[in-house]
Amino acid sequence: MSFPEYLTYQWDDLLELAVGNMVVVLIALAIATFIGVSLGVLTYRRPAAAQVALAIASTILTIPSFALFGIAIGIGLGLGYPPTIVVLTGYAILAILRNTITGLRSVDPAIIESAKGMGMSNWQQLVRIEMPMAWPVIIAGVRVSALLILGISAIAAYVGGPGFGSEIFEGLSTLGGVNSLNLVLSGMLGVIVLALVFEVLFAILGRFTTSKGLN
Amino acid sequence: MSEVTEHLSERGIAIRLEKLSKTFPGQDEPAVKELSMDIFEGEIVVYVGPSGCGKTTTMKMINRIIEPSSGRIFIADEDVTDKDPDELRRHIGYVIQQIGLFPHMTIADNIATVPKMLGWDKQRISKRTDELLETVSIPNSYRNRYPKELSGGQRQRIGVARAMAADPPIMLMDEPFGAVDPITRERLQDEFLRLQQEIQKTIVFVTHDIDEAIKMGDRIAILRDQSEIAQYDTPETILTDPADQYVEDFIGSGASLKRLSLSKVEDIKTAEWPVAHLDDSHDDVREKMEESGREYVLLLDERDKPKRWVNREDIEQGISLKEAGWPAVAIVERHSSLYDTLDTMITSYRGSAIVVDENDGKYKGVVDFETVLAAIEEMRPQEGAVAPDFIAEREDLPS
Repeated sequence: MSFPEYLTYQWDDLLELAVGNMVVVLIALAIATFIGVSLGVLTYRRPAAAQVALAIASTILTIPSFALFGIAIGIGLGLGYPPTIVVLTGYAILAILRNTITGLRSVDPAIIESAKGMGMSNWQQLVRIEMPMAWPVIIAGVRVSALLILGISAIAAYVGGPGFGSEIFEGLSTLGGVNSLNLVLSGMLGVIVLALVFEVLFAILGRFTTSKGLN
Repeated sequence: MSEVTEHLSERGIAIRLEKLSKTFPGQDEPAVKELSMDIFEGEIVVYVGPSGCGKTTTMKMINRIIEPSSGRIFIADEDVTDKDPDELRRHIGYVIQQIGLFPHMTIADNIATVPKMLGWDKQRISKRTDELLETVSIPNSYRNRYPKELSGGQRQRIGVARAMAADPPIMLMDEPFGAVDPITRERLQDEFLRLQQEIQKTIVFVTHDIDEAIKMGDRIAILRDQSEIAQYDTPETILTDPADQYVEDFIGSGASLKRLSLSKVEDIKTAEWPVAHLDDSHDDVREKMEESGREYVLLLDERDKPKRWVNREDIEQGISLKEAGWPAVAIVERHSSLYDTLDTMITSYRGSAIVVDENDGKYKGVVDFETVLAAIEEMRPQEGAVAPDFIAEREDLPS
């Protein structure tokens, strides 16, 4: 069977894999954004705390994904969605946290001073001034994380996670078989297509959620 | 009673600082040491001094952007030293050198910042925004633009409009015109002074530029290290009667010339000068000249606007008065400063300047070097000058 024929034949299954893959990545991304932005907001004015948070997030990123998936099963998260989401979230935090801290710190001190001078409370300064101004940087961090965990999500098939990983693993395990190449190719291509979809989504999201005054 | 003390009794005290000190963490010496000062309602008080003298720190303690280490701050008789700082700041306008407009908000949203926090309704905010844009001469069509689309001067105007939005009785301005080019700065200063005539706010203005201080201040506080007051008085008194060597040095050379920029030509006596009209007969003009004993007659048109200077020879040549002599070009308006008047005189043919009404351009008089010199004589400090009583009076104030 040629690759185009395979695609036509497997269309339904591939779409299902795509949806599953997208869903785990989006869930992990949402959780990681919540954690990363919260940690960033809590630590950007406390250099020592920021350093610690960044160090922990970086350490997670250095653990090989296979090992981390193994640990996730080991600590009793079972198979399928739970270990996949936990591990992907762990990997996604660093870029979001780092960009949140960078973004919030790069707001011109004169702007903060004038906000404070007009009687804005710390919370109002954060919500009305600092977050909107740091937003383009934060969203860039989310985008980087999205691409990163999209790649890692393929490995999640190892713990029964949903997504194109299962195609790749199946192909690799039947190496030399009739469809093994088609399997690996379709998995790989699926991840690439998803990456492009994310890129487009983030470009649109970034444009519509960033003030025109900041471009 | 001197001019300054008269002033005192007229106006209430808007801000009173009592033994205000600030020592920054990790420093042995205080940045501001036991500063006490009263600031009167509706006046522009300028803090001026070399960099590092504590003038900005002092200003920022008034709205507690910098919290004082000790001392009290009173605003309109209320002790605000321990008041909720956010609440306090919403009623004090604040303009800093970098202006600090919010780049992600439109001009209208920037201006509406404080009114929104104070819970004004939309309609009231919108009306106020229109009003302010007009006040600072920014076209209403700029409402929905972003700060990056404005020039430096326009941003500065919006900064002032934003600070005035909720009509605070007090404004603090930290080198507000420091970041624009000299020409724009001068225009903004003039605009602001005109605006202040209407709004009559109490303004604390920080600058390191003594010329700006002289121009802007109703009263100037010249500060030395640790915000110690070297002299706190009207610009006129500081220029004619500096308290000590430090003040003298700080004013720099040309104090008398600077003093001239504070007096207006309408405040001095104009010289007696013969005038005639363009349609008078040559004989009448000559007669006027002879009566006055001057060598030139000023000719006015039918609306009393100065047109030409003529001397005896011009008249005797018998040509039409409309073409005789020299055109009268050295013209100043009544509210021009003596400094500008002198400048005009130096560049004129006659060594004199013609004063006209600023509205209809009608002839009001002529000033020459003699009249200006007489005015300068009067400015010199006299016996028992104003400043010492003034200082004594300040020390009597209850603490």
